[in-house]
Amino acid sequence: MIPSNFTYHKATSIQDAIALSKTHGEEAKYMSGGHSLLPMMKLRFASPEHIIDISKIDGLSYIKEDGDFLKLGALTTQTEIEYSKLIKEKYLIFSDAVKLTADPSVRNVGTIGGNIAHGDAANDQPALMLAMRATIIAQGIDGKKSIPIDEFFHGFYMTALDASDVLVEIQIPKAKKGSGGAYHKVERKVGDYATAGVAVHVELDDNGICQEIGIGLTNVSAVPMRLERGEVILRGQKITEDLIKQVGKIASEDAEPTSDLRGSEAYKRSIVNTITQRMIRLALERAQK
Amino acid sequence: MKHTITLTINGESVTSEVDSRLLLVHFIRENLDLTGTHIGCDTSNCGACTIMLNGLSIKSCTYLAVRADGAEITTIEGVAPEGTNHPMQQAFHDQHGLHCGFCTPGMVIRSIELLKNNPNPTEEEIRWGISGNLCRCTGYNNIVKAVQQAATEMQKES
Repeated sequence: MIPSNFTYHKATSIQDAIALSKTHGEEAKYMSGGHSLLPMMKLRFASPEHIIDISKIDGLSYIKEDGDFLKLGALTTQTEIEYSKLIKEKYLIFSDAVKLTADPSVRNVGTIGGNIAHGDAANDQPALMLAMRATIIAQGIDGKKSIPIDEFFHGFYMTALDASDVLVEIQIPKAKKGSGGAYHKVERKVGDYATAGVAVHVELDDNGICQEIGIGLTNVSAVPMRLERGEVILRGQKITEDLIKQVGKIASEDAEPTSDLRGSEAYKRSIVNTITQRMIRLALERAQK
Repeated sequence: MKHTITLTINGESVTSEVDSRLLLVHFIRENLDLTGTHIGCDTSNCGACTIMLNGLSIKSCTYLAVRADGAEITTIEGVAPEGTNHPMQQAFHDQHGLHCGFCTPGMVIRSIELLKNNPNPTEEEIRWGISGNLCRCTGYNNIVKAVQQAATEMQKES
C-alpha cells in the first residue's frame, strides 16, 4: 500500500512549520510520528497534498515538572514516557496506558502530541488528558494559545486546533500528596485499539475526602468522553464501595458505544462498568500511598 | 517531488533521490536490494519490516524514506559481519526459533533492541518486548528461548 502523491516539507522550527502551513492551507497536514496519519494515507482514507514534517524540530521532546505542572513536549515519544523515571515514580497512569498502546517499535516513533492532536476517541491518551484535566498549548499564526482539554475535542478527528496550529506542549497539574491515577483498556490482542478503556485520576484530602476526580473514557463515543455524572457523585465524598458501584453503572449508561468487530454495544457497556470500578479502586489505592 | 537523502545503512553511506511518498521499506528492498527486511501486513501490526533506525527498532512500512535523511540504519544484513552470526541470530538457529522464517529478520532486530534496554529480561518482559512482531508458525516458545539464550551469551561477552 502506497499513499497517494503529496509533497513533503521538513520544518526546521515551529515558525517554519506555521509558515509552510500558511502557504499550503487546508491541503497541508502536520506529521510528527506519523503512526496514525501515515496508515490512513496508505489506506487512502486521507490524502493530504502536503505533508509538513515537524518531527525534526528541536526542543519539543521533554518530560519535566515546572511550577504547578507536569509538562510534556509534544514530540515526546511513547517510549520516552515509558522509560521516564519521573513518570514511573509519580504518574503511574501514563505507565498503565503506554504499556497498552500499540507495541514497542510503534512506541519508538509515535508521539504524545500526535496521539492527542489526531482527535481519535480510540487513542488512549485523550482519556488520560480528560482525567487529569490537561491544558493543551498550541502555537499558530496568532501566537500561543492554551486550550483546556474539555474544549479540545470537537468531533471525529476534529479538534480545537486550526489548520496552522502546532500542538507544542501538554500541561498537567502536578501530582501531589493524596493524588493518584490509573488506566486500563480491554483489547482483543496486544496493540489493538481499545474495545473500551477508562482513565481515572483522584485527589484526596487528609481525611480521605475526594477533592477532585476525573474520569475519561476511551473508544465508547465519537469524541473522547468525560464521565461527568460519575465525577459529580464522587466529588466531595468519602469514596465508598457503594459509590464506586453506582459510578460504574453510570458509566455503562452514559457511554455511547456502537457494536462493531470489537464487541456488541451491550458487551462494551458491561466492560465499561467493570473497568470504571476497577480503575477508581486502583486510583484510590495509589492516592492513599 | 524528488528529495535527495543521505543516510548510513549497515555502515555504508548512501545518497539517493526519493519521492515524497516512497516508504522506507521499499527504499531498502527495491532501491538498495536489501531484501532481508520483509513486508508482511503493511499496516504496522506484524513487525516483519522491523529495522533499526538510530538505535531504535521501527516498522519501516510506516516510515517515509525521506524522513530517514541523515539517519543510521541497520537491517538484518548488517547485524553481524558477513559470514558470521550475531549472538541473537545464532540463538534463533540453536533454539529453532523459526519455522518458515518470514518474521525472523524483524524478530531478531526487535530482540536486539530489547536486550539493549533490558539485558536480562524475564520471560514476561520478552513476550511484551516482542509483542509487535507476529509469528504465524506459532513459534513463540522457541523464540522466547532464543532471546533468553542470546541474553545469557551477550552478558558473558560484555
